[in-house]
Amino acid sequence: MLDIKSIRKDFPILTQQVNGKPLVYFDNAATAQKPKVVEDAIIKYYETINANIHRGVHTLSQLATDAYEEARAKIQNHINAKHNHEIIFTAGTTFSINLVANGFGSLLKAGDEVVISALEHHSNIVPWQFACERSGATLKVIPMNEHGELIMEEYDKLLNENTKVVAVSHISNALGTINPIREIIKKAHQFGAAVLIDGAQATPHIRPDVVELDCDFYVFSGHKVCGPTGTGILYGKEEWLNKLPPYQGGGEMIKTVTFEKTTYACLPHKFEAGTPNIAGGIVLGHAIDYLNGIGFDNIAAYEHELLEYGTKRLLEIEGLKIIGTAQEKTSVISFNIEGIHPYDIGVIVDKLGVAVRTGHHCTQPIMDFFGIPGTVRASFSFYNTKEEIDILVEAVKKAKMMLS
Amino acid sequence: MTIKEAQEEIIDEFSMFDDWMQRYEYIIELGKSLPLIDEKYQVAENLIKGCQSQVWLHAEESEGNVFFTANSDAILTKGIIAILIRVFSGQKAVDIMDADLGFIDDIGLKEHLSPTRANGLVSMIKQIKMYALAYQAKN
Repeated sequence: MLDIKSIRKDFPILTQQVNGKPLVYFDNAATAQKPKVVEDAIIKYYETINANIHRGVHTLSQLATDAYEEARAKIQNHINAKHNHEIIFTAGTTFSINLVANGFGSLLKAGDEVVISALEHHSNIVPWQFACERSGATLKVIPMNEHGELIMEEYDKLLNENTKVVAVSHISNALGTINPIREIIKKAHQFGAAVLIDGAQATPHIRPDVVELDCDFYVFSGHKVCGPTGTGILYGKEEWLNKLPPYQGGGEMIKTVTFEKTTYACLPHKFEAGTPNIAGGIVLGHAIDYLNGIGFDNIAAYEHELLEYGTKRLLEIEGLKIIGTAQEKTSVISFNIEGIHPYDIGVIVDKLGVAVRTGHHCTQPIMDFFGIPGTVRASFSFYNTKEEIDILVEAVKKAKMMLS
Repeated sequence: MTIKEAQEEIIDEFSMFDDWMQRYEYIIELGKSLPLIDEKYQVAENLIKGCQSQVWLHAEESEGNVFFTANSDAILTKGIIAILIRVFSGQKAVDIMDADLGFIDDIGLKEHLSPTRANGLVSMIKQIKMYALAYQAKN
């Protein structure tokens, strides 16, 4: 059992008032709020050990380097990666996917196929379109059913010896569907394809085990796991990271540079050109520690409770339809009310202190599939409460009354 | 009525409301009463696509005055369109080009015209001014 009262005290922002009402923050799928320990760690870094890393012989540089590498080890341990150098610090999920897709842009050739799914965020669509355009490879899409679940029989039909990459989200940001990634990975491997899992929406709720999953790449963002913005992780199997060409050139990623020829540094530095977000990386380690302190089993169980309660309460509202009714779902509820535009609902509930996301959630193909302009999305985190869900329900009812 | 007078009239109307709810209820009313764009103009060429809501805008000129009709899929956006049309429609092109929109701030709707809102309204105002510029250049 989680002590939510005490957990909420860890998040200073939650005590705020918005538009004269207590803040109800239900936009967690967009970004998570930060606990005090994370805020403190940022300040502590800048006040005590700020220095550039991996280069200086002076003490501060050494301390900062140690802290940064310690964070890498924490994340390695958190996702159970085999090697420390399989953890690449990036600026976020989008950056991580671009790094991998750009690399495949050089490795793929005409006739090759890349498989993504109908549930992807634009960040896991567009980089692959770039890679396909550059290489002449073809992009294929696993379709979904009306519940927002991937149709696995169709996936089977898409796989063949030309399939080189499969890139699928662990959890859908727009609908909350948990995809059967174990099966997806296993089947792709039967054809020798590499698999990238977009874990941006999964990592706030689930502790992934990359060895057990056997995925080739797993990517996620720091800011969605209570860490700072502008941080992210690319996990890649050593063999794949060695095969991919570097993404950005600059300092730190080289072994030797002459004007004729440059040789690249070993992993992970090959992919970490320039001075990284040092404070961000270190503090991401603190954020992961914080979440592990609460425990992902506890988080998942409590958030499931919120999902069930929220689903039940919202469905009491006449004309409300939930978009995304997969069997396996995380704590995301996307909905619409008949005859009312999601934007209008978002504006009114904001006036009542409730922060939700409205629009297409960077997943236009999903909205097109359901024939809607967008949805209202409420996404719950472990620091939310059932009382807050009640406030959301009242706010939506009020919006409905005003807008009908 | 000049643009300035139309704006002052709207500020007057909004000053009667005590809280945001009355203001928004009025905007919704305005949205419902917006004279709709002729269906034949509600087409892709006249669509201003916002990330959140969409706006269709049509302009016509008659004796140096520019007339606008519009529509949106969201009612609040539609309500604000109604306000903008009341201010701009039927005015001289040169006055439309020079018009200042500070009054939106005075009636507490500034947030809706923020470029980050992506509801199509900022692009709509740009488009209104573009039409005015085009008609001005033509004459």
